[in-house]
Amino acid sequence: MPLKMPLPDQRVLARRDEIIAALRRIVPGEGVIERPDELRPYESDGLTAYRQPPMVVVLPETVEQVAAVLSYCHKHGVKVVPRGSGTSVSGGALPLADAVLLGMGKFNKVLEIDYEDRLAVVQPGVTNLAITNAVEGEGFYYAPDPSSQIACSIGGNVAENSGGVHCLKYGLTTNNVLGVQFVTIDGEVLRIGGKALDAPGLDLLGIIVGSEGLLGVVTEVTVRILPKPETARALLAGFPTVESAGQCVADTIAAGIIPAGMEMMDKPAIHAAEAFVNVGYPLDVEALLIVELDGPAAECNHLLEEVQAIANRNGAVTLRASQDEAERLAFWAGRKAAFPAVGRISADYLCMDGTIPRGQLPKVLRRMNELAAQYSLDVANMFHAGDGNLHPLILYDASKPGELERAEEFGADILRLCVEVGGVLTGEHGVGVEKRDLMPVMFSEVDLRQQQRLKCAFDPDSLLNPGKVFPTLHRCAELGRMHVHRGRLPFPELPRF
Amino acid sequence: MVLYNPQNAKDVCDIISGALAGGGKLEIIGGGTRTDFGAPNRETDRLSLKSLSGIIDYNPSELVLTARAGTPLTELNEAVSARGQGFAFEPWGAFMSTIGGVIAAGVSGPRRISAGAVRDHLLGFEAVSGRGESFRGGAKVVKNVTGYDLPKLLCGSWGRLAALTEVTLKVLPRPPERLTLLWRGLADELGFALMRKAMRQPVDVAAAAHLPGQATLIRLDGFGPSVASRRAHLNAVLTKYGAPEAMDEAEAAPLWATCQGGGALPSGPPLWRLSLPPRRALASIAPLLAMGGDYVADWAGGLIWLSLAGHEEVIRQRAAHVGGHATLARAPAELRERLPALHPQPPAIEALYRRIRRAFDPLGVFETNRFLDETNAD
Repeated sequence: MPLKMPLPDQRVLARRDEIIAALRRIVPGEGVIERPDELRPYESDGLTAYRQPPMVVVLPETVEQVAAVLSYCHKHGVKVVPRGSGTSVSGGALPLADAVLLGMGKFNKVLEIDYEDRLAVVQPGVTNLAITNAVEGEGFYYAPDPSSQIACSIGGNVAENSGGVHCLKYGLTTNNVLGVQFVTIDGEVLRIGGKALDAPGLDLLGIIVGSEGLLGVVTEVTVRILPKPETARALLAGFPTVESAGQCVADTIAAGIIPAGMEMMDKPAIHAAEAFVNVGYPLDVEALLIVELDGPAAECNHLLEEVQAIANRNGAVTLRASQDEAERLAFWAGRKAAFPAVGRISADYLCMDGTIPRGQLPKVLRRMNELAAQYSLDVANMFHAGDGNLHPLILYDASKPGELERAEEFGADILRLCVEVGGVLTGEHGVGVEKRDLMPVMFSEVDLRQQQRLKCAFDPDSLLNPGKVFPTLHRCAELGRMHVHRGRLPFPELPRF
Repeated sequence: MVLYNPQNAKDVCDIISGALAGGGKLEIIGGGTRTDFGAPNRETDRLSLKSLSGIIDYNPSELVLTARAGTPLTELNEAVSARGQGFAFEPWGAFMSTIGGVIAAGVSGPRRISAGAVRDHLLGFEAVSGRGESFRGGAKVVKNVTGYDLPKLLCGSWGRLAALTEVTLKVLPRPPERLTLLWRGLADELGFALMRKAMRQPVDVAAAAHLPGQATLIRLDGFGPSVASRRAHLNAVLTKYGAPEAMDEAEAAPLWATCQGGGALPSGPPLWRLSLPPRRALASIAPLLAMGGDYVADWAGGLIWLSLAGHEEVIRQRAAHVGGHATLARAPAELRERLPALHPQPPAIEALYRRIRRAFDPLGVFETNRFLDETNAD
């Protein structure tokens, strides 16, 4: 595989038995996994193109155990890869041969629900959907809804700053988390944020969310829960061109409407989804929009009419408004099943995740089709149209020599294109290992060094999830170097990196 | 004291590099409307960003605006209003306030409870670090998770990490209607209970405030038919609090303005900003009110502006006890000289703050002792 991970530290590998014994003293019983056949299930996450069994897996059950594991690894220079449910599609939880894989799956309890302050305190291994399940009896829900919400953990959501189809109106994970309990690499347990709306000093919560397991390990999460909207209705609109669908999205927003969800699919995606779930998607259109409005019935009906009118003005050739909940869910069924649907028509696929300014969509899709021809690979497009987040699925067959590499090159070209038109490498999936080497396309060396200095403030020995996010591993001492002027430094007593 | 007035980002780099070479310190200011926050700093050189002004790019359809950091807030508000849009976090400030200042001070208005804070709306920036290097964080699109979320870190950082030169913000459609429901003369307990009850309803309350002895306010923002329907829903579940008056946006504006920095509270005693879990806020401040404190409550009770002379330690203890914090928002110089404006945190957190500041500003060029937390500042 073309991806290069940091070379395993032979001195650490030589101490494997000793490390396992130490971990067993911290987490007794079945919480330490080391037999090769038992390590297998942990060798990859949702980015299955890459596999690497970890040196050892540890599954702690208490915060004290997490702190002790990290403290031990810190003291002995052992790398740590944190893992939630292992659903990352960017390789955020890809193990390292010389690292401890720290699985948080046993932290699976909902600790507290406070309807008065509209929040829930949960352990990081609780699944995204389980939070909504725990509070829906009282008419509440947790808003971010990544497609993998049945399986993905809230701890993983915090690490990746996960999104979903409702981001435009309700935000990503970072906009819906109030606080975390967080263990640093030296085993210190910190409380960041909590039940108040902000914290004094620097916004640590803001950088911990989305830090992809590079800054510490989250052991508790306080999320904001919302009263569930009274109703939701969806509109299914088919367009003869991608341009007209894109214009419909732009006009909707220009009319002051922020839909709960606004999804677009291109022809290959529509066909794959319809063949898979048979929900009645029109097959003779170039682009399909699903627009969801939520709120009181009066609001949904009013806005649905407005969006219908906008769609008509933009030449929609098919237009259906959901008449009941079953129909609304049917509209979504195809979109939600789009990944497995594509999985059925192609042996393998890569899912990209760039964001672009929405106005650039026709240009980007045109260029993407040219690239597809150039690489002789098919691509199906799903698109969070409201916020410009693209999900091109590149179809390939890993059993054919060279095809994975070609698919990866194609994907890299798509992401370069996203940045070129003013967008970004990832809108919700994270950088992980997948987009790591493309970071210099978006950020200058100075930008990247500044981000890595932030990492050094948390983890000066780079033991937490090394090889992810940043293409070059700089030593903190090197990053901290600063020209000394006039031979005099303020804060002479400060330790320098 | 020297006042530097750079005209562009390159000038900012040069001035910071110059200060580094000379071992000097710089306090970054925007419109200079919040310089009375923190310990007085009469001697420190100042780096003013107000000449870095003007909108660079505004594309209403993309919901994104990029401006130089010294652009006055009023100018930005006018530009986005003209296109039927606004900043949903409702930034506020005195006449000369700049967008960079609003971001650095972490200022969000009443709609923060429903639309998020300034941290939720800053998408990207360019800034000059304490190394004198210009760098970028975030991006210019509404959805992005590439790399660390540095824009959030810059919000509320009070110019201690970097000098912002350019900022990109999310803009949103301005709600066509803003209806304020107002209940007069509810006792504090009832006012808070009303806000809690309203917040539990699926009516998307935009803002909720309690002005003691005066009024309890609930605001509904949105399209006409939606606001009417939500108003009916609230009326039905809040009958025990009596029938509310309804006010349109212009009528209610002066009342909501009293939530900005304590508004009409007595200006003599120190002003505190308490951020608290709403459910426990009233009980938490009860002893402070018994000591003669006056307050207004915004954010459905989660934000208390308290005017009270003395009792500084008790105020901070009460806030911390329920998991909140107390910021000294306005006070005589004498008090600001000895009491940190920001609520001190446990040593491990303070140490982490310090390491993060050093990551951006290794030599402490932005450490002017304004926050009384750099024991080794020279």
